[in-house]
Amino acid sequence: MCDTCGCNDPDSKITIRKPGEEHTHEHSHKHGHDHKYTHEHDHQHEHDQHSHQHEHTYSHEHDHDEHSHSHEHSHEHSSHEREHDHGHSHGKEIKVEHDILDKNNLLAERNRGYFEAKNIHAINLVSSPGSGKTTLLEKTISDLKKDIAFCVIEGDQQTMNDADRINATGAPVIQINTASGCHLDAAMVSEAAKKLNIADHSMLFIENVGNLVCPAMFDLGESHRVVIISVTEGDDKPLKYPYMFHSSDICIINKTDLLPYVDFDVEKAKMYALQVNHHLQFFELSAKTGQGMDAWYAWLKKVLV
Amino acid sequence: MHELSIATNIVEFAEEFAHDHQATKINRIELEVGQLSGIVIDSLKFALEFAVENTVLEKAEIIITEIPGRFKCYNCQTEFDKSVWYTPCPSCQSMDSELLGGKEMQIKSIFID
Repeated sequence: MCDTCGCNDPDSKITIRKPGEEHTHEHSHKHGHDHKYTHEHDHQHEHDQHSHQHEHTYSHEHDHDEHSHSHEHSHEHSSHEREHDHGHSHGKEIKVEHDILDKNNLLAERNRGYFEAKNIHAINLVSSPGSGKTTLLEKTISDLKKDIAFCVIEGDQQTMNDADRINATGAPVIQINTASGCHLDAAMVSEAAKKLNIADHSMLFIENVGNLVCPAMFDLGESHRVVIISVTEGDDKPLKYPYMFHSSDICIINKTDLLPYVDFDVEKAKMYALQVNHHLQFFELSAKTGQGMDAWYAWLKKVLV
Repeated sequence: MHELSIATNIVEFAEEFAHDHQATKINRIELEVGQLSGIVIDSLKFALEFAVENTVLEKAEIIITEIPGRFKCYNCQTEFDKSVWYTPCPSCQSMDSELLGGKEMQIKSIFID
């Protein structure tokens, strides 16, 4: 079973590739840790051997002390318990206090350190499908590529379409296809970033899978998270999907050229978003007409310094 | 759908834990999930049913404790519990509050023989 999406479909594999690269399945097993569980039935023994590599995810010394006690008693217990299973206690309690997303968070911090060391400014763009993330990137890269070195990691379930669009702007790009997966995680970004071979002092846009729910929980190691809503959506989106708005730093309201034709109330949307996260900073713009893009560009230039 | 990722993370941790403690099975595992963590507990339970198959957790009793969202008002310092993000302070109606708890997503304890 895939750690990312839970799918059992053997053809549903995560692929990471650049435009023009042949589609192969070579990368499907490179996610090591993520997919280790997939192979458990077939490779039980190998799995046991591998698990030594991951010992650092919880406090060791303390557990180890307790463990040695439990081990000493375990022979008596196991034979005893078979007869008195129901009345027996649950055995020895070991306090773990382990964050379930620890592995992703650790990897995200590694990504963050890697980006910091190379002076790469990473921006994680999240939104519903169709809010204009890719158009915003195309326009931004085309207008600013003389001033800023951009590169892009694209996330979608299927197709190279977005990577091909970015590729046309001339910026280095790599596409992650998550197959059935509903979000990018830190491991995918780590692998994609290495493969993309990002130049120092550049700005990395990570376009997440279009989904306002799941990507909120997965830190990728970004410097800023930018949530995009378009005026063709409801102005109550921040209330309906508060987790995403709570975890973002910037909110872009896109497609403002369509405001005369829709019922979207910009002030109401901003008020709702601020109720969820009063630190949010807003940019109202139209990536299509260029209206309002200057403020966004000024912010990008400011954070890169 | 991300609850299945979470369930798989729990199972992976349990497998490694059992190996490190030379346990062949886990009797009980206690989890804490905050009301503001973004996890639907029913979905997590459903996902775990499948994720634990043929693992050290297969026979384990799984206890999930829900932790309420707890806020502290920046304006008047009142502390209050709420299960949603956008909540005015019950005393002064200010929307500016600090989150004290409710985003937990933890494996608290594991019981082995």
